[in-house]
Amino acid sequence: MNYADLFRVTLPETALEVAALLVLIVDLAFLRKAALKVRLAAAVVLGVAGCGAALWALQYSRVIWGFGLHGSHELLLLNTFYVPPAQAGILILTAFTLLLLLDSSFTRHVGEYVAVVLMSAAGGMLIAAAQDLLVIFIGIELLSLGLYILTAFAKSSGKSAEAAIKYYLFGGMSAAFLLFGFSYFYGLTGSTNLHLIQQVISSSGPSPLFYVAWILVVAGLGFKVAAVPFHFWAPDTYEGAPAPAAAFIASVSKVASFALLISIGMSWMATCDGAQPLPRLAGILLVVAAASMLVGNLAALAQVSVRRLLAYSAIAHAGYILLGIASHVNFAGREAPSDFSRAAQSSTFLSTNAVLFYVLTYGLTTVGAFGVVGVVERATGSDRMDSFLGLHRRNPVLAAVLLVLFLSLAGIPPLVGFWAKFNLFAAVLGVSAGPVPFALVCLAVALSAVSLYYYLQVLKRAYVMPGVDETPIKAHPVTTVVLVAIAAAVVVLGCFPSLLQNWISSFYPTL
Amino acid sequence: MLAWTIYLSFAGALVLALLPRGNAALARGVALCVAVAGLALAVAGFVGGMGHARMVLVDVPWVASMGIRFTLAADGISRLLVLLTGLAAVAGVLFSWNIELRTNEFFAFFLALIGGVYGVFLSGDLFLLFVFYEIAIVPKYFLIAIWGSTRREYAAMKLALYSFAGSAMVLIGLLAAYATAGSHSTGLVELARAGLPVSFQMWVFPLVFTGFAILAGMWPFHTWAPTGHVAAPTAASMLLAGVVMKLGAYGCLRVAIGLFPHGLDPWGFSFIGIGSWRDVFALLAVIGIVYGALVALAQTDFKFVIGYSSVSHMGFVLLGLMALNQIGVTGAVLQMFSHGVIAGLLFAIVGRIVYDRTHTRQFAELEPMHLSRRLPFAAWAFVIAGMASMGLPGFSGFVAELQVLVGAWSVKPWWTLAAGVGIVIGVAYTWRALQKAFFSDAHAPHGLHMHVHDPHEHAFAAITWPEATGVALLVGVSLAVGLYPRILLDTIEPAVKALLAGGVQ
Repeated sequence: MNYADLFRVTLPETALEVAALLVLIVDLAFLRKAALKVRLAAAVVLGVAGCGAALWALQYSRVIWGFGLHGSHELLLLNTFYVPPAQAGILILTAFTLLLLLDSSFTRHVGEYVAVVLMSAAGGMLIAAAQDLLVIFIGIELLSLGLYILTAFAKSSGKSAEAAIKYYLFGGMSAAFLLFGFSYFYGLTGSTNLHLIQQVISSSGPSPLFYVAWILVVAGLGFKVAAVPFHFWAPDTYEGAPAPAAAFIASVSKVASFALLISIGMSWMATCDGAQPLPRLAGILLVVAAASMLVGNLAALAQVSVRRLLAYSAIAHAGYILLGIASHVNFAGREAPSDFSRAAQSSTFLSTNAVLFYVLTYGLTTVGAFGVVGVVERATGSDRMDSFLGLHRRNPVLAAVLLVLFLSLAGIPPLVGFWAKFNLFAAVLGVSAGPVPFALVCLAVALSAVSLYYYLQVLKRAYVMPGVDETPIKAHPVTTVVLVAIAAAVVVLGCFPSLLQNWISSFYPTL
Repeated sequence: MLAWTIYLSFAGALVLALLPRGNAALARGVALCVAVAGLALAVAGFVGGMGHARMVLVDVPWVASMGIRFTLAADGISRLLVLLTGLAAVAGVLFSWNIELRTNEFFAFFLALIGGVYGVFLSGDLFLLFVFYEIAIVPKYFLIAIWGSTRREYAAMKLALYSFAGSAMVLIGLLAAYATAGSHSTGLVELARAGLPVSFQMWVFPLVFTGFAILAGMWPFHTWAPTGHVAAPTAASMLLAGVVMKLGAYGCLRVAIGLFPHGLDPWGFSFIGIGSWRDVFALLAVIGIVYGALVALAQTDFKFVIGYSSVSHMGFVLLGLMALNQIGVTGAVLQMFSHGVIAGLLFAIVGRIVYDRTHTRQFAELEPMHLSRRLPFAAWAFVIAGMASMGLPGFSGFVAELQVLVGAWSVKPWWTLAAGVGIVIGVAYTWRALQKAFFSDAHAPHGLHMHVHDPHEHAFAAITWPEATGVALLVGVSLAVGLYPRILLDTIEPAVKALLAGGVQ
């Protein structure tokens, strides 16, 4: 075991932690008497710089293919093909959520806020690359504890406290499930390493207990990605948390958790389901996916709070993504139970690419959506749909950004949300034939037609219905720039999706 | 060159969205320039394309990893419908000259819709076609919801959801076809050549056909059309009836019939005389023709008459498509053009010339107004438009509907007879509307009594030049096509022949 190697491998996470400490020190030592604006700007600049440094470190630190304690069989972290895009996405989205902080005033403890955001991001980075159950659990807890704190950060708001308590209770329970599931895996296989567990399963076959453990793990991770029936925290948390924190929960935490699901899914589902006539592990995920799509889209129809609407739409989108994750393994496993054949590998790449594309662009769009909601909420004091009335007069730029982002979430071309959906569904159908994936794709397409209704409800208020209050809404110039940049990215990536696709596949090993 | 119609329209929409607000005249001018330029390009493309088969205009890789290409191609059918779109765009701008509310945004949405429509007609790639098809949904919603009238928010949402539901069905078909053909390409030509299995075509054809036919106003999925047309501002109802319904019909022809021709094969058994999807949709088309005409006969709102007449006339398009022979499909394509022009004209007269002056569309309130005397231009324009709509010889509708009936006769004589009854009812409802709205002798109810030469009867605003120009343009086109249909038929026939040879029969 070589600590120099460990340091080199975790350089990006270290950069984030150092930045977090720096923010704390600068805020505490040098800016105690300074105005809140100055402290806010300093903390945000330092935080964004930390993300930039981590991004830079990401390029140079992970030349090693993986890092293990005793040779390659006990990998802790693995820098395989889907990891760098996910980690870069985490860092970029974190930087965006930090920039959105400039337009908010829910706390005076800005240094602490930024530090906690950076530490959570480090947790997200860890779980995206983790290959060991213990590292996964530590990463998840690092991420989650930060999120509980962030949710409660608006100390003067009762809603924020309530949301944090709910989030914490659900989160604690799901962590217990997850840990319980992990303990079964360890008990069954004698290892905490994903690959060793995979090897044991492929040699001895999955025992029934394995499925029990899998259900527990799905419960734990389903909580992180807000999949039905583990979604109850999401609407309350999205509604109660401060807007930048909600944006962070909705984007960064999602990207990290889905990256983790990809890695667990790839190593286990392929092996386990490949030998079975009935793909049970994937089947469990498919049930969760279908339930999420249905509940998310239908419950969103009834919302009057835009944040709750975004929460239910997040649940629906989680359903689509889980569909992608569950299906890719389906086929890969059937073709090649133990070793990755060429065809199976390329189809895995195809669907992983689609899932990553979806997660990253969805995270980007949600950050923007929460940015707009945050600005409107600050001006009108509420996130109800009616506070968006007449937005096109009160702030035309903001209204245009909202239009682009919500239409993208609904999946209208030429915006990126459409492309993400098409790409994902095409990958599902291309990779796994059969009536079940096809029926689920049909369900997903039909439900995204339903989703247009609730997105239009918000846009209708912003553009169509007459406003009661015509005073202009002012947004911080940086916020405006960030939001316009996000909207522009949504349009550009929608028109030229190969930009992002090629970037993701540039990390693939050549076949 | 035709490709520039798309770019120009979207660029115009962008410019209008960014123009400083409050200068309505400038916005109108820009919009008219863009629309006229689009029409000029469309005419040039139409004339230049005469005698040519399918031409690929642009073909560059778009998403190489999935085999999706940005392909624009035009055959005779595309060129004809692009021409129609150009006409509808110019007429639409002319008839929205009096829009004062959020003028910039109005024309921006208008041109975005036009750009999407051009794009659908010119797409040579199924994915691209779908993208343009969906791009057209959002502007429609806002055009109706912001600038519309009667129950506009309800109608706009209904239209948006119907369109989106239809396009969801198309998307499923697109995904399934793409996966079944081996995930190599979404090009229309490549997919048609992919040799999709007959059993696959059997179930995907009705899905895709229905998805597109929702937008073409096929009974029983037509209910968005009357409410949408009535609620929409004049220019939007002209576009809805004029070109958007044609998007659906074009999709039925190009995608459903073009890619999945074996979906029309007989099932091998028959149930009450229906033995294939072709029979099913032909029956729905005939029901649409008769039902639309009967409902139009019973309306009390002038615009609803036109709205339901659109359902009836679009039934002819679908019936012609289901005839699946040269003359029937040619008639269907010609009917798309003809109905686009005539319905645009009718909506312009009702929605702009009459309604903006009388502020009512109810026959009961129009009757005492004696519009034939007070608005002679509108009355005579409606007489001409009505004659064209009835399918009188000399107008484009006659040639088109005759061809459809001849084509359908050879396949289903009895059903064709029913469609012929639809034409007769068409004469009746047009006549009734004409009489009630313009040539009524009725007097105002007691108490509001107005003498025939009441000096207090306030004069209506004079007909403006955009209105006169727009009417002249549309009447001229309909007459020209009616008197000399060869100019269009020469372009349509080879394209239809090629399309039918691609698999059908």
